Amino acid sequence: MSAGKGFVHPYVPNAAPGPRARMLAALGRKDVEELYAAIPPPLRFKGRLDLPPPLPGEHDLRQHLEGLLRQNRSAQDLLVFRGAGCAPHWVPALCDEIAGRGEFLTAYAGGTYSDHGKNQALFEFQSMLGELVGLEVVSAPTYDYGAAADSAVLMACRLTGRKGVLVPAFLARDRLSQMRGFVKPVATLAEVAQDPATGLLDLGDLKRKLGHDVAAVYVENPGYLGGIETQVPAIAKLVHAAGALLVVGVDPLSLGVLAAPGEQGADIVVGDIQPLGIHMYAGGGQAGFIACRDEERFVAELPTTLISAAPAQGGGLGFGSSTHERTSYDKRHAATDYYGTTQWLWGIAAAVYLGLLGPKGLAEVGLGVMQRARYAAERLAGVKGLQVPSLAGSFFKEFVVDVAGAGRTPAAVNEDLLDAGIVGGKDLTGEFPGLGQAMLVCVTEAHGKAEIDALVDAVKESCR
Amino acid sequence: MTTGPAFHAARWNEPLLMELSEPGARGIVPPAADPAIARAAGDVLARLPAGARRAAPPALPEVAQHRIVRHFTRLSQMTMGFDVTTDMMGTCTMKYSPKVHDHVARDHRVADIHPLQDESTIQGLLAVLYGFNRMMCAIAGMDEFTFQPASGAQGIYTNACLIRAYHEARGELGQRNEIITTAFSHPADAATPAVAGFRVITLMPGEMGYPEVDALKTALSPRTAGLMLTNPEDTGQFNPKIRTFVDLVHKAGGLCAYDQANGNPLLGIARAGDAGFDLCQFNLHKTFSAPHGSVGLGCAAVGVKEPLRRFLPRPVVAFDGKRYRLEHDRPHAIDKIRAFLGNVPTVLKAYAWVMSLGAEGLRAVAETAVLNNNYLLDKVRAIPGVAIPWPANTAPKLEQVRYSWQPLYEETGVATHEIEQRLVDYGVQHYMTSHVPVLVPQPFTIEPGESLTVDELDRMAEALAAIAQEARTDPELVKSGPHRASITPIDASIPDDPACWAFTWRALQRKRARWDAPDRKRKERSHAGY
Amino acid sequence: MGGRVGLKGTDAPGAAARAAALGARPEAALRMTLCLSAMATRLAGVRMLAAPGAMGMDAARAAGLDARPIGAPHGASTTAADTRAAAAALRDAGCTLLLFAGGDGTARDLCAVLGEGLPVLGVPAGVKMHSAAFAASPRAAADLALMALQGRASARALEIMDLDEEAYAAGTVAARLHGYVRGPFAAALAQGPKVRGAAGEAAALAGIAAAVAAEMGSGRTLVLGPGTTLRAVAAALGVPKTLLGVDVVRDGRVLAADASERDILAALGEGGPAAILVTPIGGQGHILGRGNQPLSPAVLRRAGLDSLVVVATTAKLATLHDQTLRVDSGDPALDAALAGWRRVLTGPGTAAVCRVA
Repeated sequence: MSAGKGFVHPYVPNAAPGPRARMLAALGRKDVEELYAAIPPPLRFKGRLDLPPPLPGEHDLRQHLEGLLRQNRSAQDLLVFRGAGCAPHWVPALCDEIAGRGEFLTAYAGGTYSDHGKNQALFEFQSMLGELVGLEVVSAPTYDYGAAADSAVLMACRLTGRKGVLVPAFLARDRLSQMRGFVKPVATLAEVAQDPATGLLDLGDLKRKLGHDVAAVYVENPGYLGGIETQVPAIAKLVHAAGALLVVGVDPLSLGVLAAPGEQGADIVVGDIQPLGIHMYAGGGQAGFIACRDEERFVAELPTTLISAAPAQGGGLGFGSSTHERTSYDKRHAATDYYGTTQWLWGIAAAVYLGLLGPKGLAEVGLGVMQRARYAAERLAGVKGLQVPSLAGSFFKEFVVDVAGAGRTPAAVNEDLLDAGIVGGKDLTGEFPGLGQAMLVCVTEAHGKAEIDALVDAVKESCR
Repeated sequence: MTTGPAFHAARWNEPLLMELSEPGARGIVPPAADPAIARAAGDVLARLPAGARRAAPPALPEVAQHRIVRHFTRLSQMTMGFDVTTDMMGTCTMKYSPKVHDHVARDHRVADIHPLQDESTIQGLLAVLYGFNRMMCAIAGMDEFTFQPASGAQGIYTNACLIRAYHEARGELGQRNEIITTAFSHPADAATPAVAGFRVITLMPGEMGYPEVDALKTALSPRTAGLMLTNPEDTGQFNPKIRTFVDLVHKAGGLCAYDQANGNPLLGIARAGDAGFDLCQFNLHKTFSAPHGSVGLGCAAVGVKEPLRRFLPRPVVAFDGKRYRLEHDRPHAIDKIRAFLGNVPTVLKAYAWVMSLGAEGLRAVAETAVLNNNYLLDKVRAIPGVAIPWPANTAPKLEQVRYSWQPLYEETGVATHEIEQRLVDYGVQHYMTSHVPVLVPQPFTIEPGESLTVDELDRMAEALAAIAQEARTDPELVKSGPHRASITPIDASIPDDPACWAFTWRALQRKRARWDAPDRKRKERSHAGY
Repeated sequence: MGGRVGLKGTDAPGAAARAAALGARPEAALRMTLCLSAMATRLAGVRMLAAPGAMGMDAARAAGLDARPIGAPHGASTTAADTRAAAAALRDAGCTLLLFAGGDGTARDLCAVLGEGLPVLGVPAGVKMHSAAFAASPRAAADLALMALQGRASARALEIMDLDEEAYAAGTVAARLHGYVRGPFAAALAQGPKVRGAAGEAAALAGIAAAVAAEMGSGRTLVLGPGTTLRAVAAALGVPKTLLGVDVVRDGRVLAADASERDILAALGEGGPAAILVTPIGGQGHILGRGNQPLSPAVLRRAGLDSLVVVATTAKLATLHDQTLRVDSGDPALDAALAGWRRVLTGPGTAAVCRVA
């Protein structure tokens, strides 16, 4: 844009000729170019960026985007029975409403006085999650479940002065990758065996592996394959006897019916809040949290921003950021973890969700998920040739179906399912070939009987 | 100008949700379970050992639905988003987030997509990811982008991991264990390489306020793995020797990563790739207009040149001319940074923004951000009590300025965080002071961005001038503020006191009595917030 | 006293009378009044004690403060002995922070009486402050004092410097470490009221000490210069450190305590790798000062300039003017060779690159 000419667009009011000229005049400058004097000419980009022709008209832009969206089929077009870290849950209208409010959507790093409402909503999120997990310290949201788990195991390393981390054998390969990449400069990972059907941790193997250099044992409940880990108190005992810390990863949606890990001996609890009133957003709805006891040495190791209540002069409660020196913002080169912008908006959505559901609602949802999943699992187990090993134990939301007996592969079955407008379980053959021709099926409170029956019928048809 | 601020924030004195609880109240009814399912499934909970089941329902509040609506609506009214008012926080690149983008992103064909769906069902989504990848390559002068990281800091961490993988593949990681950064780069440029296992060397600024070539030379050695810095730094000053920096680091065998968190003034003006950088990162929730989401919905665009492409985390979106695919089979990929593909809706919003503005528009954005900043600088420097550090640096600032209230402080005793809080009384989002290290005394950092009108810039300058004048005539008024915010001044020593802090309702109930304990030292109310 | 009319300090007995006769106003009292006025409205719950008359009470009254006089009144002009007596009396009366206005001379007097006991904080009122116990201004002193009284700025050891008066009169500045006092750390003010200074600083010092011990603890002759940071390093190496002097150690053994230039040259003469560890001391950030005779130009040249290792915490660096380290060895060629940019070890495996001038 050359001197004098302007650019008129609704998003850049001062680029218009009038304001631009006025402002340049106020500065005693002829051209905006003069303001780039600090950049040496050889570094200047010449010409125009190679970008598509613009669509400044909102309707035109919308049409363009519509053309792209038209090529997508969502969980409203298809029946989605896939989970593996992100699931098609029911999202109450109010969650969308509040998460869509412009004040929350466009706020950022304001503090105690400018963003009092945001801080209170986050405090309520922290509080309600604290009730679910049975711990009094809950962090602001983290990047995702994996990031929370990664931070938690390194917290344990620093707290114990040790470097070993034990993880379950059937941890999702992507989660394992994320953890491996993160901890490798300072810690080592080793696997503990799990029962492939029930998902229960092999306590004998755990005992064998609990050496003096283990800082943390990480278990997930429910596990990646859906199994409910019923041995958390026993695991905690073994872990603590070895001088290590227990980190438990949870699906908070299950905590209306499942015991709070903080009361079962977990030292640090992490999890994913996407099931709490957040759409899948193709993976954009992920956010995590870290919870621990209210002990100074634990809090000192938390990497996230922490919002604490504080008394206000005029009465009532305000909220302030606590101990900023814990964070990588202040530690810089001395940081042992990092934190920045994450997904606080989803923390607000989760607060709305938990407030709406209340204790009864959350228990009903949890029970409903387990019933639907059990129903689906048993019906699928009834299809000739199919095995559902998960039925040997209890599971929440997800379970494994092995189609080998029907002479099929998960890929082939899913192809048929897709033709029928169904997205089947995640193909596990790449991750865990030892499980056979296995797929991970996900059933949530959003699935009714008709949908589940449709899945079973389509699977039956495919496996004929 | 009136004699004082006419603004008053909404002050609802809204109780905590937990304090609104009424036994038996229901906020919503969850999906009903079909009786046939319940019958067929049987008593699923009885199968669990007693210890695994919840003995009693969790102590969540029981509140009627409309009361929850009012509760959160009121809380939102007590939050100063950009939709509501002027926000010029330094380094944050606050700007208008177009509403049409949010509406499209809420469409079920974005919101209700599972990230692991078959590629044939998400061709539109993949087209956006691929298309925006190509756009970012053009904007930055890079060869490939990933959008997997969920924030700027995570994007910078990804850069550190890519540098690590590069040297590891060449068998030089053991020797090359140092990353160089600068004191005024974002803290993440120092923190994330440390987390990735590097030793970090920080260059102090010279008299111009940015590091000198001789300082870099001192830091270079056979141990150099790379350079990770922000330019312009958080002071809004462009280091004109940046190309020399890059050449020297390359000569020493290191890679150069450009943190483009402050990239708003450079769109169409100067590209990372052209300055010789090997990799870079942009904040899509800053420069590219995606909403900041109350500290996130973050998403970083991490770009690399050809030699680093194979290290990008999987999956990568590919296009064969007809169909888009997700490539998982990438043997050299670094470990995953985050689950799935990234914050897809945020990428969509950034894509839409670039589509709306085009090349000429992006250039206008950059130029206007710089023009707005210099216009405001002219007004703010005229406020008595303001100093501009590094007077030797007479080049115009780019998109933000780090100012100092030191003269005003010496004259009146009013400190920068007190002025910052008083700003809220004027209906304006507070400014940013400075990241650590605080080398400029009594700092304040302002980045106006390109969205605001001349009138809004004038109002900001007027508010600062008014508060500076208040500091002279009635310093206690400033020091005891804010007075018209959504909450009255808090005792900010509480969040830092282990005996008193409370991060949950339960902790609050247990510890509240200690806040008024007579033996607790009476502390002066001090700065709270960031 | 004495600043404006070109006399350095008033330590010599006749000097005060000369300054008064030349019309110098008592700058110290003026600055103290400014400082106290800035604190006046925020002293709820703080009892003010003051030395009598012109040594304190006058300034307190001028600031509108209700202070209690402690100690015996003194004569028309004050001497070092008066300062020391006043400090002792205030300490014995139970004060928890001693605010003083003056220069390095006053700081030395306090050091003699208080050592590293009662925390002190200086309101700058002399000419250039070389001691580290001074705030940047009366205003800054007020805020830092309040932070300290509220437990938000813990005390740490601070170097008190000795300025060679005769050398100064002859035209050269030669500052020498005189001793240590305790006082609130100025970085707390720079970094804002929420930083828990002491814990962070102690951890940072421990980090540097551990780094030195790990990287240089064995097989190397270490020449440890003066300063609080190097006291921590010595502790980590498990060797005693003389308070003010230079110590030479190797492999956990002391080769020479409070070493002279000759001792150091002898130790270096034994051969093998060597490192000279220095840290910025005092208020001006000197790493090499003319007043530090053991670390002479001869020693530097013998060891080689590459053997010079500078250590400092990032908080300390942030308090230095322009984050610049000063060298003033007395040998202009050496100073020129050292000038430029230098790595400063700030923790295990981390360094800052700072200007040396």
